[in-house]
Amino acid sequence: MSVPQYRRVAAMALAAGLGLGLTACSTKSDDGGTTAAGKVTITVDCQPVGSQKELLANWNDDVAEFQRQNPDIVVKSVSVGEQCNNPPDFTARLAGGTVTDVFYGYMTDLQQVLDSGQAMDVTELVTKETVPTWDSVDPALKEAFSDGGKLYAVPVKNYSMGLVYNKVLFQQAGLDVNNPPRTWPEVRAAAKKIAALGNGIAGYAEYSAGNTGGWHFTSLLYSQGGQILTPDGKKADFNNALGKQVLQNLKDMRYGDNSMGARQLLQWGDLLTNAGAGKVGMFVGAPDATQAIVSQFQGRFQDWAMGPLPGQDGQALGTLGGGEGYFFKKGLTPEQVEAGLKWIAYQKLTPGKGQFDYVRAKPQNYPVGLPQPLLFSNGSDAQKQELALRKANANVDTANFAAFETNPVPIKGEPRNAQAIYAVLDAAMSGVLTNPNANIDALLKTAEDKVNQLLATQS
Amino acid sequence: MAITTAPGITRKPGRPAPPYPPGPRRASLGRRVRDNLTGHAFLIGAVTCFAFFSWYPMVRGVVMSFQRTRRGVTTWVGWDNYERILADPSFWAAWKNTLYFTFLALVLGYAVPFFVAVLLNELRHAKGYLRILVYLPVMLPPASALFLFKFYAYDPSDAGLFNSILTALHLPTSQWMQSAEMTMPAMVIASTWMNMGGAVLIYLAALQGIPGELYEAAELDGAGIWRRIRHVTIPQTRLILALLAMLQIVATMQFFVEPLILANGTGTQDSATSVAYLIYQHGFFQNDLNGAAALGVIMLVVLAGFSAAYVRLSAKQD
Repeated sequence: MSVPQYRRVAAMALAAGLGLGLTACSTKSDDGGTTAAGKVTITVDCQPVGSQKELLANWNDDVAEFQRQNPDIVVKSVSVGEQCNNPPDFTARLAGGTVTDVFYGYMTDLQQVLDSGQAMDVTELVTKETVPTWDSVDPALKEAFSDGGKLYAVPVKNYSMGLVYNKVLFQQAGLDVNNPPRTWPEVRAAAKKIAALGNGIAGYAEYSAGNTGGWHFTSLLYSQGGQILTPDGKKADFNNALGKQVLQNLKDMRYGDNSMGARQLLQWGDLLTNAGAGKVGMFVGAPDATQAIVSQFQGRFQDWAMGPLPGQDGQALGTLGGGEGYFFKKGLTPEQVEAGLKWIAYQKLTPGKGQFDYVRAKPQNYPVGLPQPLLFSNGSDAQKQELALRKANANVDTANFAAFETNPVPIKGEPRNAQAIYAVLDAAMSGVLTNPNANIDALLKTAEDKVNQLLATQS
Repeated sequence: MAITTAPGITRKPGRPAPPYPPGPRRASLGRRVRDNLTGHAFLIGAVTCFAFFSWYPMVRGVVMSFQRTRRGVTTWVGWDNYERILADPSFWAAWKNTLYFTFLALVLGYAVPFFVAVLLNELRHAKGYLRILVYLPVMLPPASALFLFKFYAYDPSDAGLFNSILTALHLPTSQWMQSAEMTMPAMVIASTWMNMGGAVLIYLAALQGIPGELYEAAELDGAGIWRRIRHVTIPQTRLILALLAMLQIVATMQFFVEPLILANGTGTQDSATSVAYLIYQHGFFQNDLNGAAALGVIMLVVLAGFSAAYVRLSAKQD
């Protein structure tokens, strides 16, 4: 082949490659979900990532077993890194229309999913026949995924916040490891003692970036009996004495007592990294925060315990609760929805199976015995079964969570437009944690104005 | 005898040149495509890529900025998104931050590489070795470089790298990214360090294009290094300096990765929020893609102004 000919062929191949590549990108593999063999196919996201070897193996085993029991269903698992815990990535996939048939979302994502027009109303389809434990699922969780009386997702996990504390540091600071602080003044006193250990240890650590500051402000405000929005959800309701108290407590600890460490502007992983390194005495978190400390940040389960969320002068008046569920993409066939529900029922809502397969999880690097997920109603059959299984197979010391479990604080859901509001409230949190001269009134007023404007435009 | 015109090459005046291409001899479209097949094949690929990944999103963004999507229904809302964005208190904070960053980047990020290039150019020994050293940070992924600054250099405790140096020099330490006043300078320092290598190379190339005789003449006239820089180097590299200043403005106004990594987004009380980050925040954290699109269009208009100036400067240089 002569040189010009060769160049021409190479150019054609390149152009064809590009064209095909782009065409391939725009090709939809949506075939209505039914194969020629009459099988129903569903795509499901949040398959564990490759680095979580045991979790991934468990998921794949569950898919295989589920398909064996349901030979007419094909489950195609999708995993894109940590996409299920990454709000910007979730938003991008939602906006781009690339969510899977059955897709994961936080409770706080409901409005966003509805706005995108991609959620299917599954009110009539979720029944005891499709999800055998449906009657046991906490009605409050069903409500959290409902809008206008219609259900748009099936809840699969729920959490509430408490005070997570490091027993080793408590001991070193001369504090009672079995009696965590119950009020914010007690937290402040304990934090001072822990910080006095030196070595860069924060007695109490708090978030103030990446929406997590606003998330925790909400939880701390609930502990005081406050609320983020008025009951009709139309106005901000935190620029008051309670909101001020929350910020004042933090400012006093940060600059009055110097008990919160030097590094601020922390977001989720930052705080847990410090905690895993033994540099944090206490922080507000859900039970699974201890799991993250162990699995991702090289900490040890035996070092950590949990108490209830502290209140201002006595028991907390409320604690933030949240959770996650699975939505169904609009346009699925009834057979696909039914297949999706069966899969969720099997993997997420059956004691002894999937996420509740404690016998399988016990020998693995996965905690059994945490007071979570709070999925089933108190006293329901499914809850009793799940609790019995959890107790029998616990591989973490349940005594470490006894104070949290035996002192339940009323759970309050996240506000409407939670993520957007949290982003605004980050500024108030970062203000008191990084500026010794921060004006709390001004911080709250600015945040209030922003949230009100946000609500006005989102209505 | 002076030679005036070579014989035989004069043309008779009066007959205009035939229009190009001449009518009857013009090749058919198919023939022309066949003749330039290689070029067209490459062109199709490039145009397709630009169309899909640049032009279409741009046009779509402009359209979206006038729309609103609720419950899957998209409606035309005119200037509503723009009004909303303009009323957002973070909007002006972000522009103020962006302009401040751009200004600092011009003072620091623009001037420092020039002086480093001049110094390297003046050096007699170890030139190549030092050039590599200056260029090395460009090879680090931006995220890695910024994490180094975030966790080591800008650690606000006394153990932080910069704070240790300040302490050793008996100077007061800083809170770096946790101080609203220091956020922007700290981001510019990190950004300058990261990106300096490329600019230094461009300056060096320009400096080496300056005829040596000019420096020799200046030296003969008794000019020292500073006078040589002022009277030879700067005038000779004027156009490159102007072009890079324009590019610097256009690039730095879109800064995003610095606030995202160094300041976890907004920094303390919006002190790090850039316009580009605000677009990201509206789009991906506030579920407001239409507002983000409006903000993007505003930024596009502003940057288009600077780009137009850049194009004019380029044309002038050509």
